[in-house]
Amino acid sequence: MSMSQCWCVGLVGSYGSLARFRSISRLLRVNDETVIAASGDYADFQFVKELIEQKVLDDELLVDSHSYSPSSVFSWLTRVLYYRRTRMNPLWNTYLVAGVHEGESFLGQVDLLGVAYESPTLATGYGAYMAQPLLRDAYEKNPAMSGDEAKTLLESCLRVLFYRDARSLNKFEIATVTPDGVTIDQPRAVETSWDIGKMVKGYD
Amino acid sequence: MAAFAVQGVSHQPDWLSAEHSTGTSIMAVEFDGGVVIGADSRTTTGAYIANRVTDKLTPITNQIFCCRSGSAADTQAIADIVKYYLDIHQTELDQKARVKTAASVFREFCYNYRDSLVAGIIVAGWDKYEGGQVYSVPLSGMCVRQPFAIGGSGSTYIYGYCDSQFKYGMSRDECMSFVKHSLALAMSRDGSSGGLIRLAVIEESGVERVVIPGNELPRFFED
Repeated sequence: MSMSQCWCVGLVGSYGSLARFRSISRLLRVNDETVIAASGDYADFQFVKELIEQKVLDDELLVDSHSYSPSSVFSWLTRVLYYRRTRMNPLWNTYLVAGVHEGESFLGQVDLLGVAYESPTLATGYGAYMAQPLLRDAYEKNPAMSGDEAKTLLESCLRVLFYRDARSLNKFEIATVTPDGVTIDQPRAVETSWDIGKMVKGYD
Repeated sequence: MAAFAVQGVSHQPDWLSAEHSTGTSIMAVEFDGGVVIGADSRTTTGAYIANRVTDKLTPITNQIFCCRSGSAADTQAIADIVKYYLDIHQTELDQKARVKTAASVFREFCYNYRDSLVAGIIVAGWDKYEGGQVYSVPLSGMCVRQPFAIGGSGSTYIYGYCDSQFKYGMSRDECMSFVKHSLALAMSRDGSSGGLIRLAVIEESGVERVVIPGNELPRFFED
């Protein structure tokens, strides 16, 4: 099991095909051990964000040096999402929950239906079709990859997604969780190549 | 097959059933001595980018081009047919075709078959009678000459910008800059437009084609 998690999220909020908000963050640092990322409805994510932030605050007030572990946050989130689903009023999101607790890393995905599972590699949206095979292949070949190798892998996935997902921007954040804590990097872009464009003329 | 159930109804990913569309941002501007035309390079099937380096600037004759938006299939078919007609027309006339003529042929098709087509076309070129000309042939099948024309889904985001930046009597280079900046703005907001910018300048002497790679586009406020 790897000791840390590394993952990334695009920064765009779309209204249909309009890239309406171009620098919103879809990452939430829950505590020193856990980060969550959301795709789907941004308003619903903000609602969940406020719930979690209040829970973390109330927990800190107990001053017992315990905080929610990644798997606890995941479990809670799954229950909330499934509850809303059964009430036919879902929170229209897919969440990724990641973190490190007592040396063990955790990575899980839960969606608007309450479908929840854990895996060494995860991706939502178009990433599920295009990035997941790349992630799985790299992980199978090198399950003990370093943080830097993981970042490079994520960047190459993001490049493909920027090339092929019409609802993406070349702008993203990467969060890394290690036993030492959480770091969320500054928003960045990937290098892209458009050289093949010069070789194309017409459509025949 | 790739699918999942939501409330008992099977849901397939968008790109399995969506039509190929040149979502698009296209533009053409007249100047004294010719025209500058431009387009983005994205073709989508739903939200999947089927082609990120598409060439939407299609030659109809040596000095007349069209910018295609709407259904990729429809616009390619129409362009091929119009090219064929004009080729015969030029042979019979023993002279280069007028831009107005090309626009007129486009209009015939786009109007008569308008219930079956999704094609928004801008016809632009140079002829010796009226110099540089731009004609818009939108979905309805009407045909109208304009000093500059914008089209495609991305154009909706730049009507204000273009209206504020356009001036009569712009030079060749000013027109290229105008097209480049307008399209870059459209591409940065419209999900159905993107990739690189293709420009073409059509004058009496011929056609010059330019490619601006996706990582060298003009940049504006980015939030």
